[in-house]
Amino acid sequence: MRSYERWIQFILFVCAITAVLTVLVIAFFIFKEGLPVMLEKGVLSFVANSHWAPLSGSFGIRNMIIGSIQVTLGAIILGVPIGLACAVYLAEIAGKRLSKTIRSGIELLAGIPSVVYGFFGLSVLVPFLRAHFTGNGFSVLAGSIILAIMILPTVVSISETSIRSVPKEYKSGSLALGASHWQTIYRVIIPAARSGIVASVILGMGRAIGETMAVIMVTGNVTTMAKSVFDPVRTLTGNIAIEMGYAAGDHRSALFATGVVLFVFIMILNLMATYFSRKVGEIK
Amino acid sequence: MKKLFTISILVIALALVLIGCQKAAEPAEPSSGSQNEVLSGNITIAGSTSVQPLAEQLAQIFMEKNQGVRIDVQGGGSSVGVQSAHEGVADIGTSSRELKNEEKPYNLKEFVIAKDGIAVIVNSGNQAVSELTLEQVKKIFTGQVTNWKEVGGADAKITVVNREEGSGTRGAFEEIVLGKDKFVENAIIQPSTGAVKQTVSTDPNAIGYISMGSLDNSVKGVKVEGAEPTSENVVNGSYKISRPFLMLTKEEPQGAVKAFLDFIFSPEGQNIVGQEFIKVR
Repeated sequence: MRSYERWIQFILFVCAITAVLTVLVIAFFIFKEGLPVMLEKGVLSFVANSHWAPLSGSFGIRNMIIGSIQVTLGAIILGVPIGLACAVYLAEIAGKRLSKTIRSGIELLAGIPSVVYGFFGLSVLVPFLRAHFTGNGFSVLAGSIILAIMILPTVVSISETSIRSVPKEYKSGSLALGASHWQTIYRVIIPAARSGIVASVILGMGRAIGETMAVIMVTGNVTTMAKSVFDPVRTLTGNIAIEMGYAAGDHRSALFATGVVLFVFIMILNLMATYFSRKVGEIK
Repeated sequence: MKKLFTISILVIALALVLIGCQKAAEPAEPSSGSQNEVLSGNITIAGSTSVQPLAEQLAQIFMEKNQGVRIDVQGGGSSVGVQSAHEGVADIGTSSRELKNEEKPYNLKEFVIAKDGIAVIVNSGNQAVSELTLEQVKKIFTGQVTNWKEVGGADAKITVVNREEGSGTRGAFEEIVLGKDKFVENAIIQPSTGAVKQTVSTDPNAIGYISMGSLDNSVKGVKVEGAEPTSENVVNGSYKISRPFLMLTKEEPQGAVKAFLDFIFSPEGQNIVGQEFIKVR
């Protein structure tokens, strides 16, 4: 009996450690492949140089870093208000059956493969932007719109959970004081759920910054910097995915170094998300 | 009861391990039990990433016909292909360009197994532009010409669609058309032939380039220097944006290598070539 349990414990431990080990191995591998070329060219020059022409020995990913930030910010600006409004509606206003339907619709969004989003963007969104705005459609805006849709499930589900976890007393107290439902929502409930909402935004950012396939297909992937939302742009993930197929030698290492930069970005975002979601617990 | 469960798990795990071992051991059988008069040996092919997919396809079919032969196809680039043939690292080196002058003294045996043309494509709705000179193509892709009216088209900004750095098609196009000059930096980059075609077919002002084998009705291939982008024009030399696919050997090929080259030049081999590239026989 006891030995049986010890076995099960051991198996579970192995499974748990596998996940951690995988992360460590991947991190080690990325750093091992990417760091040498970064150190050789100088970390600062790698990150701050704006010229990327790996076959002529010029490795600067500044424009890609800026590109990733532009596209991600755009996605946040477009996606978070919609996502938050949706979460409030689901948690506070919609009836049980309606909110169930809407929620499963949104969860369905999470299940669509990113290449499908990309293809939709390439064949519908890009020509639409080309026809109605300046530029040729491949743009920061196109990437942001696609990503805004893609982060909706993350933003909605985590925000909704944190809104629902606001103690009932807050709401009844507010209503008892004579505040309307809407006043209660935006003066009491949203502020109380603030940290969970922030965490959802940060996780959404993580999803947006890491998204590759859909973004490649609609952003045009130029190595120059975008000066407006209608200019094409290349992201860090795009840089890796686009050139990975043929890269060799220093070029390949430089792509891993791009991965190092991306890794650092995601780490920071995850730490922030952990910090904020810990605060959610404190409210309770 | 619970012990039984643990034991059964262990038995299943053991069985899986054994199955794994058995699978790994299987491929050894045919070679150890080699029959008489059957071609055998290993061929290593290294070089151009443009030739690689074709070489892999040819190798796969050749291996199906000759079970004793194992062909290993690697990339590395045309320069690597020439070097590895010269140094004997690979039995066959591949190159998607002519040998450079400094590579000629190696006295490698050259076999042109196929030709590849690169078609310059524009949107099907671009009525005004159906012919360009090599110089005009170069100026468009280096950014010296940015409006269609400068090359006889409508007054509209040209959307240049380029391939990613490292792509074989881009390398060949750069070598043949641009020479020492650089691609315009703000060109849209699409990472595959399909994506380039998709972009050009939806943007009325776009120009791009793709391997000739992938040319279809969704886009319009322009005449370059008066020659249509067709296989015949590549073979007779009038269509300028083309390149040979070379296989290089150090010595006169023998045994399995010779058989493989013979297969490539056989009608069956050339039909495989013809699926995507231009036949030479």
